[in-house]
Amino acid sequence: MPAISFQSVSKTYSSTRNQTGPIVKALDDVSFDIQQGEFFGLLGPNGAGKTSLISILAGLSRASSGTVKVHGSDVLADYASARRKLGVVPQELVFDPFFSVREALRIQSGYFGIKHNDDWIDELLVSLGLADKANANMRQLSGGMKRRVLVAQALVHKPQVIVLDEPTAGVDVELRQTLWQFIAKLNKQGSTVLLTTHYLEEAEALCSRIAMLKQGRVVALAQTSELLKAASSNVLRFKIDSELPAHLAAQARITGRIVQFPAHNANEIEQYLAAIREAGLVAEDVEIRKADLEDVFLDVMNKKPANEAVAVAVDLEKVAT
Amino acid sequence: MTGWQTLLYKETLRFWKVGFQTVGAPVLTAVLYMLIFGHVLQDQVKVYDQVSYTAFLVPGLVMMSVLQNAFANSSSSLIQSKIMGSLVFVLLTPLSHWHWFFAYVGSSVARGLLVGTGVFAVTVFFGQPAFVAPLWIVLFAVLGAAMLGALGVIAGLWSEKFDQMAAFQNFVIMPMTFLSGVFYSIHSLPPFWQKVSHLNPFFYMIDGFRYGFFGVSDVSPWLSLGIVATALLVVSGVAVNMLRTGYKIRH
Repeated sequence: MPAISFQSVSKTYSSTRNQTGPIVKALDDVSFDIQQGEFFGLLGPNGAGKTSLISILAGLSRASSGTVKVHGSDVLADYASARRKLGVVPQELVFDPFFSVREALRIQSGYFGIKHNDDWIDELLVSLGLADKANANMRQLSGGMKRRVLVAQALVHKPQVIVLDEPTAGVDVELRQTLWQFIAKLNKQGSTVLLTTHYLEEAEALCSRIAMLKQGRVVALAQTSELLKAASSNVLRFKIDSELPAHLAAQARITGRIVQFPAHNANEIEQYLAAIREAGLVAEDVEIRKADLEDVFLDVMNKKPANEAVAVAVDLEKVAT
Repeated sequence: MTGWQTLLYKETLRFWKVGFQTVGAPVLTAVLYMLIFGHVLQDQVKVYDQVSYTAFLVPGLVMMSVLQNAFANSSSSLIQSKIMGSLVFVLLTPLSHWHWFFAYVGSSVARGLLVGTGVFAVTVFFGQPAFVAPLWIVLFAVLGAAMLGALGVIAGLWSEKFDQMAAFQNFVIMPMTFLSGVFYSIHSLPPFWQKVSHLNPFFYMIDGFRYGFFGVSDVSPWLSLGIVATALLVVSGVAVNMLRTGYKIRH
């Protein structure tokens, strides 16, 4: 039985309040399964439908059509059972200002009917570096500390499936380390993890399998290693002080002074360097590196003609597992 | 504690932690009403022959406080947690719509009765009412608080902004409580306004509640009980259905 099963999930809504505006498709026939024990990444640009999908999974929102199951429990028909198995860390940094950290965690345990949960609460507090904040009011905590409490709240009932919706957005390095160590430990102990993030390095390092969403549709779904393999190209990376000619800029990924060209072989690299030289420009700090998940992601999202090979290789039909 | 009892506990703890504002302030307001209206109208108004105006006023003020605070509890908790986003912690739980309903209404009844007791404790110095039929007192206080608690659930779910909530409070709840006979017997009104008052369920709550103190009332307490119970069922039905469908909280 899969840990999470999405079957033909669509979500449409009217773009205006009075329901007369054009229909927006937030999700368009999304289907895939996440197996028990997987560390699964859900990637996509803003507005691709990641949070819509997670909201439907968590019962915060309802699908227009399709079914979603958590360990076989339908999130609508059998919502109580589905939500017991699910621990969701919401994207928004929300908190209840009336309570201390420990009170909030005890109350959250209580909602699930769990009594005497202090041993597990203590373990969560220690593992997430919150032990000395246990009795602090939620209002007194910094943003990063509030984020840790959100994680702890999602885990108080020891859910089999952990859903993290951009948990590291705006979070310092220390928390990221603590968080990933702890989540990886829970994953090793058998928990399934579903993660959305904009930090593709994190996804590459943590997730064994990845789905990419674009405009509400799954555009890639494969093992992370296969995605990287499919992007067999290298990347030519250098710094430059002047502006690139338009025909070169169209093929490049430019971040401030840093310019990157996807290149499949040494000939292509030579051609790029020659073109730079002909334009009378000087490339500094030149390096050639292996393509990473970010390159794959950009290829899939942009489907640039030059990189069709990669885009086709990771196409859903060909590599779906 | 089971899941819904935890929510009830949390909702009760929520208002208790800010008790100065949620219990203390309404008690002070009631004392001010008592001082001003009681003093000014004491010699002008005689509602029942054997009852002084201040004694008449005490149950009215108590019930008004019960109703307003029961409404304020569920409605403000829902609107605040919706706007702050912390409602998500409850939305993610396995609690059913009935669990939500009993927890939110239960804590509203608790706050209503607590404030009502506080108002009674301080206003009773101004004019001691009798306790002719204490069971009626408790019955109407609980039913009235439950109905306003349920109405607060509706208002809290419906409102998206604080000013919508304020509109609900100022244009629905306040007129209905003030025009329910808190400060007067509706028999002193012109016939037209008497008829209008009879359409206001709050009138029956206060009239029935007052019957418990004095043994006299504008209408039979049984009629009041029937109307208040019906109003409670109707409002609860709407509130439970809104919670079941996730009105404005599960999109």
